Amino acid sequence: MTDTTISHLDALEAESIHIMREVAAEFERPVLLFSGGKDSALMLKLAEKAFWPARIPFPLMHVDTGHNFPEVLDYRDRRAAELGTPLVVASVQKSIDEGRVHEETGPKATRNRLQSVTLLDAIEEHGFDAVFGGGRRDEDKARAKERVFSFRDDFGQWDPKNQRPELWSLYNARHRKGEHIRVFPISNWTEMDVWQYIEREEIELPSIYFAHRRQVFRRDGMLLALTDFVKLLPDEELEELTVRFRTVGDATCTGAVESPATTAEAIILEVAASRITERGATRADDKFNEAAMEDRKKEGYF
Amino acid sequence: MEMLRFATAGSVDDGKSTLIGRLLLDSKQIFEDQLESVERTSREKGFDYTNLALLTDGLRAEREQGITIDVAYRYFATPRRKFIIADTPGHVQYTRNMVTGASTADLALILVDARHGVVEQSRRHSVIASLLSVRHLVLCVNKMDLVDYDQLVFDRISEEFREWAGKLDITDLTFIPVSALHGVNVTSHSPNMGWYDGPTLLHHLEHVYIGSDRNLIDARMPVQFVIRPMSDAYHDYRGYAGTVAGGTFRPGDEVLVLPSGLTTTIAGIDLYGEELSEAMPPQSVTLRLADDIDISRGDMICRPNNAPRATQEIEAMVCWFSERPMTVGGKYAIKHTTRSARALVRDLHYRMDVNSLSRDETSPTLTLNEMGRVSLRITTPLFVDEYRRNRTTGSFILIDEGTNETVGAGMILDT
Ligand SMILES: Nc1nc2c(ncn2[C@@H]2O[C@H](COP(=O)(O)OP(=O)(O)O)[C@@H](O)[C@H]2O)c(=O)[nH]1
Ligand SMILES: [Mg+2]
Repeated sequence: MTDTTISHLDALEAESIHIMREVAAEFERPVLLFSGGKDSALMLKLAEKAFWPARIPFPLMHVDTGHNFPEVLDYRDRRAAELGTPLVVASVQKSIDEGRVHEETGPKATRNRLQSVTLLDAIEEHGFDAVFGGGRRDEDKARAKERVFSFRDDFGQWDPKNQRPELWSLYNARHRKGEHIRVFPISNWTEMDVWQYIEREEIELPSIYFAHRRQVFRRDGMLLALTDFVKLLPDEELEELTVRFRTVGDATCTGAVESPATTAEAIILEVAASRITERGATRADDKFNEAAMEDRKKEGYF
Repeated sequence: MEMLRFATAGSVDDGKSTLIGRLLLDSKQIFEDQLESVERTSREKGFDYTNLALLTDGLRAEREQGITIDVAYRYFATPRRKFIIADTPGHVQYTRNMVTGASTADLALILVDARHGVVEQSRRHSVIASLLSVRHLVLCVNKMDLVDYDQLVFDRISEEFREWAGKLDITDLTFIPVSALHGVNVTSHSPNMGWYDGPTLLHHLEHVYIGSDRNLIDARMPVQFVIRPMSDAYHDYRGYAGTVAGGTFRPGDEVLVLPSGLTTTIAGIDLYGEELSEAMPPQSVTLRLADDIDISRGDMICRPNNAPRATQEIEAMVCWFSERPMTVGGKYAIKHTTRSARALVRDLHYRMDVNSLSRDETSPTLTLNEMGRVSLRITTPLFVDEYRRNRTTGSFILIDEGTNETVGAGMILDT
């Protein structure tokens, strides 16, 4: 008798591919949000698999805060070029210049929250009707309740109390003009699953995910990188440490962790032993209050 | 590592959230910052002990009302298995969420409070699990600490439930006495219940055999997407992408394509450049066929001697999710596998009372959270199997064409 057991990574992969094919079949203008982070790198790999040997049948979009790590931009552009997939860059700087949003002020200002407006404007401008996001339900409590096909009204808002029931693998793609669906194909993956898959499939990531020497300083219990976009406060001191990033985002609020891990395999061991969640360690903006994510999601955030 | 999906259900305050919090905590899935945040909130609210339920109760409205209002998905893993938990709410008005959680579950975990025993909600949730063909059911008798860990209480509840559940379609029924709050029999045994020699809950979840739950007999693949690369390297490539819904497919197999009725053989099975020797549920693959026949999304690939029923008349148990009732004569959009069509409700034979399992044949409508046996006429043929035999080819959703809301879910019956 043959072994008919399907491993968890194969089951997750199959589910994600199924979701991506549903979207490609049922929507007119899907787009895949690609930040260059590991979750979007995973989504991109799954999209490649879903449509092989054809090209990915939708463009990529990066909501660019302007506060980037150069390694991530390099990676983003190179991957898009390798796949021959068009890349739309929606710029938060442009939203600021056009007066659509106002830049926060003060030494701890970030542009993370401003992204929602830029994202919604871009969705409208390009007429996207399905937007793939790399959100995972294990990330936080608001996401844990979100559907795979998550309906957004014509203001781009999410109504957590009025979500469509989602059963089996039957996804309801129906929407009116102006409305859109956020699709989360890796909803059921955990951080551990993502790293295991990255290792198994040898998925390339931006170099900042792996240990390197960097000038950092401590703020609000996090290690922030010295970049052109942050200024040191009087009591803050620079130090050079061996660090890696667990997420990549706006450089002003994405923290590094001290780590010697230079391979996906070494990172898996660290994740297994880790005692702090991905967001808790590295996202300053989610720490403000318990309901931070829920509020931002309602406004149209990723 | 294998994956097990389970749904939890129970009445409000039976301790679902606490039990899940306990499973996550004891299997070391809770991180320091999450625990700190929960401890802080518990102190602020003046609780004497850390309220583990706060680990899972996510939306602000839930925290304010102290109840769980929507299905929340939770994840944990042990060296043996990865688990996906659908934590479903206990309130009557949110029964639809239990249906949602159960639709993909391998196992249902139903909690009862040892002081109250089996109540209306426990029966309702068991019926839903059974209707949704969840093969394994675990009844956790919780709060054993509040009945002095008394074996008689546990035995009485188990006996009563076993007798009642005889009417249900459940292959595997297990009873476990626990205290979620004190962590007894969740991941480890305790001298408080020396009389209990069964497995802990976690041990059961890790070992329950689910290998035979998938249908590996009736080969089915609904075509989801046709892959035509239009590139020089793959100029003539044409592949039929989909998720295998039943049975196994191998290169060389003779296959039948519906609705055309044409037969051909499988030339190859592709997954991203790799040629597979076999495909089975729930794999997502691409089939290449020996002959050039016209196939599009919504078609079904199966075997000449084993095909689903092609029909425009469907009998089904339907669960209703909308405030606006389902009425005879109502028209809805229907989605079944990868096929979309329109459905007319021809008849509502009865509404089922999930507590007594009795049938009310006089009801003209199905309202929010009700279930009933329905006849539908579909605008185009669907390729269906009985739900009990195949959860993918046997299920569908109904969508209100005006609001685009998902208003109903159906399990196809044999006729
Ligand atoms: N004594 C005792 N109390 C429990 C136990 N499990 C849960 N509780 C309490 O019962 C109440 C409701 O629990 P919760 O997990 O929110 O129930 P849910 O509504 O089913 O999610 C809370 O106050 C819990 O602390 C238990 O095993 N023993
Ligand atoms: Mg609860």
